Amino acid sequence: MSGIPIYQILIVSTALFFIGMYGLFTRRNMITMLMSVELILNSVNINFVVFNKYLYPGQLDGLFFTIFIIAIAAAEAAVGIAIIINLYRNHQSIDVEDASEMKY
Amino acid sequence: MNEFFILMKQELVITLIIFILLFIKLSSKQWSNEKVLVLINVLLLLNLAAGFLFPDTGDLFGDMYRTNPLMAFEKNILNLGTLLISLQSYNWLKTHKHVPEFYMLLLSTLLGMFFMISSRHMLMFYLALELSTIPLAAMANFDLEKRRSSEAAFKMIISSAFASGLLLFGISLLYGATGALSFSALGETLRQYSPLHILGFIFVLSGFGFKISAVPFHLWTADVYEGAPVAVTSYLSVISKGAILFVFVTVLSTVFSVYGSSWYFMLYFLSVLTMIIGNLFAIRQQNMKRFLAFSSIAQVGFILIGITGQSLEGNVSVVYFVLVYIFSNLAAFGVISLISAVTGKETIDDYKGLYKTNPLLTWVLALALFSLAGIPPTAGFFGKFFLLLAGAGQGNYILIAIAALNMVISLYYYLRVVKAMFMDPNDHPIETIQADWKPKLALAICVIGLLITGLASGAYQYIYSLFVLN
Repeated sequence: MSGIPIYQILIVSTALFFIGMYGLFTRRNMITMLMSVELILNSVNINFVVFNKYLYPGQLDGLFFTIFIIAIAAAEAAVGIAIIINLYRNHQSIDVEDASEMKY
Repeated sequence: MNEFFILMKQELVITLIIFILLFIKLSSKQWSNEKVLVLINVLLLLNLAAGFLFPDTGDLFGDMYRTNPLMAFEKNILNLGTLLISLQSYNWLKTHKHVPEFYMLLLSTLLGMFFMISSRHMLMFYLALELSTIPLAAMANFDLEKRRSSEAAFKMIISSAFASGLLLFGISLLYGATGALSFSALGETLRQYSPLHILGFIFVLSGFGFKISAVPFHLWTADVYEGAPVAVTSYLSVISKGAILFVFVTVLSTVFSVYGSSWYFMLYFLSVLTMIIGNLFAIRQQNMKRFLAFSSIAQVGFILIGITGQSLEGNVSVVYFVLVYIFSNLAAFGVISLISAVTGKETIDDYKGLYKTNPLLTWVLALALFSLAGIPPTAGFFGKFFLLLAGAGQGNYILIAIAALNMVISLYYYLRVVKAMFMDPNDHPIETIQADWKPKLALAICVIGLLITGLASGAYQYIYSLFVLN
């Protein structure tokens, strides 16, 4: 635990954030796009926990924030999947390239 | 305990209405749509009236929640807008299968916005922001069988989730740098420039940029506005954007006030881009909703000028502009939603010759467009005037000149619609619309509001006095 310096964990979380961003912009499957958003939120969670544990051990704010983010992410995924199901009924596909009726 | 009820009265009334709707939905007796709509409109009217009672100042939940007369006034503006939208969408909702659900989602988002306006802590702010955006995505999908509606909803949920991801990453960096999460503590600890502070600030600003649809982050706006039902579009463009702008002003002036000189240039850049790109794209639009979407992007550019003023006047002019904007945009959307609900027509070509068949609606839409363009007798002129005046306080006249040029460009495309309605001939104009008295009442309120807030100087002074009190 004490052997791992903080910057290594921060590198992991930052990498996770940008992997999520990359996935969001390049993936064509809607479910995978939702998963990429979850990656972004999880990198934020790691950030909060690490900062709280290493830099401000006397507080609990960061940990609380993490719990709320997990709950909200679940709600977001639920609504997102409901919308994708409805979109599948209308378009017969969950590829974002097929949902392109409105452009410019 | 008493204090709790008085300070949170606006939120509690909304919660109560949501519960009433839940019981209506669950009760074994089948309610007809007309009955539900009348009941909910009466409740919203009572809610608006209750908002003006007992304005008070105070903190709750260990400084997480704060209210004062200014915030109560901002919430009242949102209440008024919600009531107007509810009246305007009467014709559309009358035949819809899921009326109670629609209002439950609508009022949940309104509740989220109220908490967001009152939040004094990043955690509270984040929760309220999500409460106000997740149900909105479900509302954008409310025309369940239409392909465009579900496409709009997907675009909205993905981009808003991404935006809140950016915002959260910024907040986590700020937490790492300062160890504080409440607005006042953050404002006190963010004193010196360190790279981590600036990085966190940029992430937070981009998150906000998505929500207010400033230009590099605006791509979702037009599609969502076009695909969503008209009632939801007007709610998104007026109420949701207004609430975010109120919070944006608070966050910039409390948390990041020290960095004023650096965010001045960021907002300068954003507002120039937003005005130019919003206007240029609005010129080429054919669909009325998409046209108003780009016009609302351009309006955000003007609002950002007011915020760059970094003065009391700047903040007052933003709230005043949102008040004026609610009247003008809701008048425009009211006419569009009536025509769309009765005939299903939404393009500018369909509006040719509208004056022959619906003279009154044409005048209302023309007046609303004049106000959006900022032509003197209407309130829109004074809204823009105060924003530019506040921006000029910084002494940067290039920005004001660019804004003035953009107002000329915007006049071109607003007048294009007016010309189509009054002058262009059409063999098959839209038939005469038979509307219920409720949408007509809403349009009348909008028109009166447009003229009154423009001609009476009281509104601006009242908002100013609230800010001084704050």
